[in-house]
Amino acid sequence: MAVDEATVRRIARLARISVSDDEAKALQGELSTILDWVEQLNEVDVEGVEPMTSVVEVSMKMRDDVVADGECPDEVTANAPAKEDHFFMVPKVVE
Amino acid sequence: MSDLTELNLAEARDGLKTKAFSAREITDAYLSAIDASNPALNAYISVTHDQARAMADASDEKLAKGEGGTLEGIPLGIKDLFATKGVHTQACSHILDGFQPPYESTVTSNLWRDGAVMLGKLNMDEFAMGSSNETSYYGNVVNPWRRSGGDNAALVPGGSSGGSATATSAHLCVAATGTDTGGSIRQPAAFTGLVGIKPTYGRCSRWGIVAFASSLDQAGPLSRTVRDSAIMLGSMASHDPKDTTSVDLPVPDYEAAVGRDVRGLKVGIPKEYRLDGMPGEIETLWQQGVEWLKQAGAEIVEVSLPYTKYALPSYYIVAPAEASSNLARYDGVRYGLRVPDDDVITMYEKTRSEGFGPEVKRRVMIGTYVLSAGYYDAYYLKAQKIRTLIKRDFEKAFADVDVLLTPTSPNAAFAPGEITDPVTMYLNDIFTVTVNMAGLPGISVPAGLDGRGLPLGLQLIGKAFDEETLFRTAGVLEESAGFTARPEKWW
Amino acid sequence: MLVDSRTPNPKSFISGANGDWELVIGLEVHAQITSKSKLFSASSTSFGGEPNDHVSLVDAAMPGMLPVINKYCVEQAVRTGLGLKAKINKRSVFDRKNYFYPDLPQGYQISQFKDPIVGEGTVHLDMPEDGAVEVGIERLHMEQDAGKSIHDLVPGKSVVDLNRSGVALMEIVSKPDIRSADEAKAYVTKLRSILRYLGTCDGNMEEGSLRADVNVSVRKPGGEFGTRCEIKNVNSIRFIGQAIEYEARRQIDILEDGGQIDQETRLFDPKSGVTRSMRSKEEAHDYRYFPDPDLLPLEFDQDFVDEIAASLPELPDEKKARLIEQYGLSAYDADLLVDDPDTAAYFEAVAQGRDPKHAVNWVMGDLAAHAKSVGKPVHQAGASAEQLGSLIDLISDNTISGKIAKDVLDIVIAEGGNPAKIVDTKGLKQVTDTGAIEAVVDEVIAENPGKVEEVKEKPKMVGWFVGQVMQKSGGKANPQTVNAILAKKLGL
Ligand SMILES: [Mg+2]
Ligand SMILES: [Zn+2]
Repeated sequence: MAVDEATVRRIARLARISVSDDEAKALQGELSTILDWVEQLNEVDVEGVEPMTSVVEVSMKMRDDVVADGECPDEVTANAPAKEDHFFMVPKVVE
Repeated sequence: MSDLTELNLAEARDGLKTKAFSAREITDAYLSAIDASNPALNAYISVTHDQARAMADASDEKLAKGEGGTLEGIPLGIKDLFATKGVHTQACSHILDGFQPPYESTVTSNLWRDGAVMLGKLNMDEFAMGSSNETSYYGNVVNPWRRSGGDNAALVPGGSSGGSATATSAHLCVAATGTDTGGSIRQPAAFTGLVGIKPTYGRCSRWGIVAFASSLDQAGPLSRTVRDSAIMLGSMASHDPKDTTSVDLPVPDYEAAVGRDVRGLKVGIPKEYRLDGMPGEIETLWQQGVEWLKQAGAEIVEVSLPYTKYALPSYYIVAPAEASSNLARYDGVRYGLRVPDDDVITMYEKTRSEGFGPEVKRRVMIGTYVLSAGYYDAYYLKAQKIRTLIKRDFEKAFADVDVLLTPTSPNAAFAPGEITDPVTMYLNDIFTVTVNMAGLPGISVPAGLDGRGLPLGLQLIGKAFDEETLFRTAGVLEESAGFTARPEKWW
Repeated sequence: MLVDSRTPNPKSFISGANGDWELVIGLEVHAQITSKSKLFSASSTSFGGEPNDHVSLVDAAMPGMLPVINKYCVEQAVRTGLGLKAKINKRSVFDRKNYFYPDLPQGYQISQFKDPIVGEGTVHLDMPEDGAVEVGIERLHMEQDAGKSIHDLVPGKSVVDLNRSGVALMEIVSKPDIRSADEAKAYVTKLRSILRYLGTCDGNMEEGSLRADVNVSVRKPGGEFGTRCEIKNVNSIRFIGQAIEYEARRQIDILEDGGQIDQETRLFDPKSGVTRSMRSKEEAHDYRYFPDPDLLPLEFDQDFVDEIAASLPELPDEKKARLIEQYGLSAYDADLLVDDPDTAAYFEAVAQGRDPKHAVNWVMGDLAAHAKSVGKPVHQAGASAEQLGSLIDLISDNTISGKIAKDVLDIVIAEGGNPAKIVDTKGLKQVTDTGAIEAVVDEVIAENPGKVEEVKEKPKMVGWFVGQVMQKSGGKANPQTVNAILAKKLGL
């Protein structure tokens, strides 16, 4: 499955990674190689096979509705690159 | 007193109990070794001298009173993927620049609860993505082993737990934590002459471990002996209500399984692991392993795992897909690196472009691609169906046998830069990755040296939650192999 | 596949320059589940708070954090599904919806995509003119709320507060069965009422506990479905109506000018009453849904469902039918009463052992008017069911007149107290003593000889005399007695 440069750019945009022209070229080749290689999965007949949804065969445990966390804004924002009071600060977002 | 860093975990534990030496002494011995050797090996990216000594002193107080846990006073190295409170935790990525978590992972909490001492954080492939420890933001880790015959070229320690492997192999810690998503404990263990076990998915809590691929990631130890791994895993494993995928089963006494014989044990040899073009030495070693187990009274049975060849390509769909989503949180808003820009989307794009290395970008791109509109069924869904088939293969095999024996890796350690093609690099995990896809436990045991004097490992694969059989069988292999080779100290 | 379940109703058509148009509306209502803690973490869901206070390390998506599901939220979703007479799926799956936004810390929202917890159901509407309308429910799924970006706090920057991040939501998706703004408003009103009855969502739209994404398209009556626009996050029932009306007109104008509708996300601005395209959502979305590998499938057995079903309260439709049957109420009054379960309960307490007509008149009349003026629900307007009930009793046994009762109600609301005691201490008891009333009547007749002449020509003038007598008696005279004496004395 060959990937063209426009696809590389679309995927990079979706993944929010800026790529230079050189990187885009390199990624185009690498992604094509990897996708070519996984192409061999087409040999496998998966008709009627259920996809794996849980590696361990147990049912999901649920927790009780109890407030036992939070109220730690110092910890939550301790590593923030930019903050104002206890808010995270980002460039202006236009809705 | 002889060099305390020579002791393996069980020996150190016994010496500490009998007060032959103190936790502070053995900790200081390791800290000195690290200070002297790390510049050459680059195994540690952060050494926590003060914390280590404080923990050792606390252990000594307990030991003096005849108290203390199963790991009291044992100095360990911790892979940088584990969150350690207030200490460098970056998954060896630039994007987590300066991150110091206000929390401690469940696995490391268990170790500290049992008295272990943290020496520092260990180098690894960025976000655990790599098989050679060449993708770390902190540079390559160097394997203490070198090819014999005067070839002085540096070798990779394997990956992604490369720092854990080198540190344990070069006696810069008693043992280390690792994580294994596709072989990241077992392959580096094999490359550095160590024991490494990836337990059953759900055996160790993933809480507080920086996620790579959630349905595949599992923590485990790397150590110099089978017994040491059993002791370590006994502490690391637990049921954790904070991880929905962790399993509520009691943790057996793994150490007690080491030393049990294997008479009557049925050992399966999966024929599909006999690859075309596999080095003869690997094939020979594998056959040797069969002989050892036979001699020890095990019954050898040939089994078939027909979907084996599809495990690696489907892994390279599932793991990147999950990673692309798991790594979306690194956006420069709440922690880590931010490359500023007036536009928020540009800020994201610059931050992630600068913060992620090439291998991480490659995998995030692949993962984004296979999940994107129109491709989900053809790639991700199909890969998850193949996982079901792989798991069924194992279930069928385990109806007839108790454990499987395979090589750990198709090759020994190689030189940095030697493998540049991503797919060739991915082939390193061909024998290990099936185990992750099926969620089963696998252990690598050092079994011999190749023609150039480099260690090779054999892998045992067990039934889900049957780590005891792995330890028992691995113990027999270890004893039969009598693997005592050590890298010549050049560093 | 969209199926048209409705027969076109000309009364709902919108007339355009060249013929009629029909609206097609579907709603996605986001309802916050009333729980103490969040869907996947143990931090508080309480409204407001200082920035990033109700935030755990899980909500902030710190590396290595994992979600653990809140059982109560699951029960509430099932409960809601049962209330919507919908199919409960005993196995459902949480998926990740991947997109980047500063208030979405994980870079994905945990939601349910392919396998939601609740499948198809119905909401029944009683429209005042058109009668019964069935609106199909497509599905109900559970998901996390996002945090909040604030754009006007720091110049040139946006700031992010994650207090809402991870709060449990039910997204209730209707089929495109709605054909007018009124129906849309009735649908949301009814849905909110059902949620309140079930206790699964408080329905508080000002605090964002309930908000709707409104999908609007227009077509020639009965024709093919048109291209729809989604108006995001409308947070009041009135605005839903306004937004639909504006959007319908906008689309009709474009189509009649020979243009075409672009499928897009729009925002309703209540100040200007218009919808506008959302710039931030311009980019084509590719959410890359896949099952969340941190969570196992959500599975429960029939017992789990049955236990919840057994605790289901009487729902608005059933209550309405019962009120009509039991108290002889009109459908209109019953509708008003059942909207809020507390109002209905209040009414039933007042009506207990009394004439239901009186109870309705007082609850929906004076008390409702007062409640409206102070912006509170009827049952919290200041008179308990006991107080209002005893007030009605005082009227029924002729202790006070209806007019005096209004004054007593005002006193009860302002100062509290027992109505009977208030009547006693303030001397408001009705005067039924014929002699005393006769004296007042005589006084009025003597003072107004002209009017006495007039009333003989125009008997309707008697009302003026009644007023005078009542005024002189301080409103305490029994009106029937006054009427009778006046009739006799004036020779009517
Ligand atoms: Mg929507
Ligand atoms: Zn939603």
